Amino acid sequence: VTAEGRCVWLYAVTANGAAAVTGSPAGVGGEPVRVVRTAGLTAFVGHVDVLEFGAAALRRNLEELAWLDRTVRAHHAVIEAIAEGCPVVPMRLATIYATDEGVAEMMRQRATDLRWALSQIRARSEWGVKAFAAQPTDPGLPCGPGRATGPGAAYLQRRRAQLAANESGRRAATAGAQAVHTELCRLSAAARLYPPQSPDLARQPARMVLNGAYLVANERAGEFAAAIADLTATYRSVRLAVTGPWPAYSFVGGHEAGGQP
Amino acid sequence: VTQQGGESLAPLSGERVALVDLLDRLLGGGVVICGDVTLSIADVDLVTVSLRALVTSVSALAEVRDSHQDVPGPSR
Repeated sequence: VTAEGRCVWLYAVTANGAAAVTGSPAGVGGEPVRVVRTAGLTAFVGHVDVLEFGAAALRRNLEELAWLDRTVRAHHAVIEAIAEGCPVVPMRLATIYATDEGVAEMMRQRATDLRWALSQIRARSEWGVKAFAAQPTDPGLPCGPGRATGPGAAYLQRRRAQLAANESGRRAATAGAQAVHTELCRLSAAARLYPPQSPDLARQPARMVLNGAYLVANERAGEFAAAIADLTATYRSVRLAVTGPWPAYSFVGGHEAGGQP
Repeated sequence: VTQQGGESLAPLSGERVALVDLLDRLLGGGVVICGDVTLSIADVDLVTVSLRALVTSVSALAEVRDSHQDVPGPSR
């Protein structure tokens, strides 16, 4: 893409003045993180090798779990370090330019959007709240030949009762998740729902019934934590797991909205 | 309430964040701007490619554990 075989990886944008790069961890390619300033905004960028981060290489590398894991964590680490000092608008993974001038041009074109995003997340933090069905999903009874020839009526009755119990557990978990989400929305400036993570990927046997992100004013963080403790005690059909505080990844892209879990 | 094993909402330090939680946010969140290089990789494409890799890798890891055999990588 560039004559030098380098391209420019964009991490995040902040308002001017807040930005110090000293102490930032190394970037996705191990490079030092630099700043590009224009239009009253500061972008955090790093030079990366086009052989690893160019379009063709990216396609290949994104399929490598080890590479993806390393890169995602490095991108996040830089953004987290910046976010400690000031409000930061994080960029989606793999936002890459040929030159610093390309980054500057984007900042001039998108200055209004970026400033709006900064105003939305100032003095607020993102918290992740996931809810899992408290009752583990029924793995099903073994249905080998031994079972089929057993006392059929009794078996079917047991099976029906079990299915009914599972169904009511599922309904209770969904209702619990909805109630949790509604209450957390009440305490949040914005909320966003992600699709439930698959049990394999989440390394959780239980079914995920809520995968929410909540943008909470810093001054209400205590209230938010207390609400989660209350909800945990009230809704026994779900088990809650909290992550954060996160940089406001979920609230800078114009997606924020409530909704049904 | 569990916070990856903890009890409170205090910020975690040194605790390893789950990759799936990161991917939700880094591929599903953030400001989406087409950079010069990423122009050729559509938004949805990027997410699909990465998640496919993740699913493939998770099942591949399980297979490796089960069979101790080499698992072919994703097609290029």
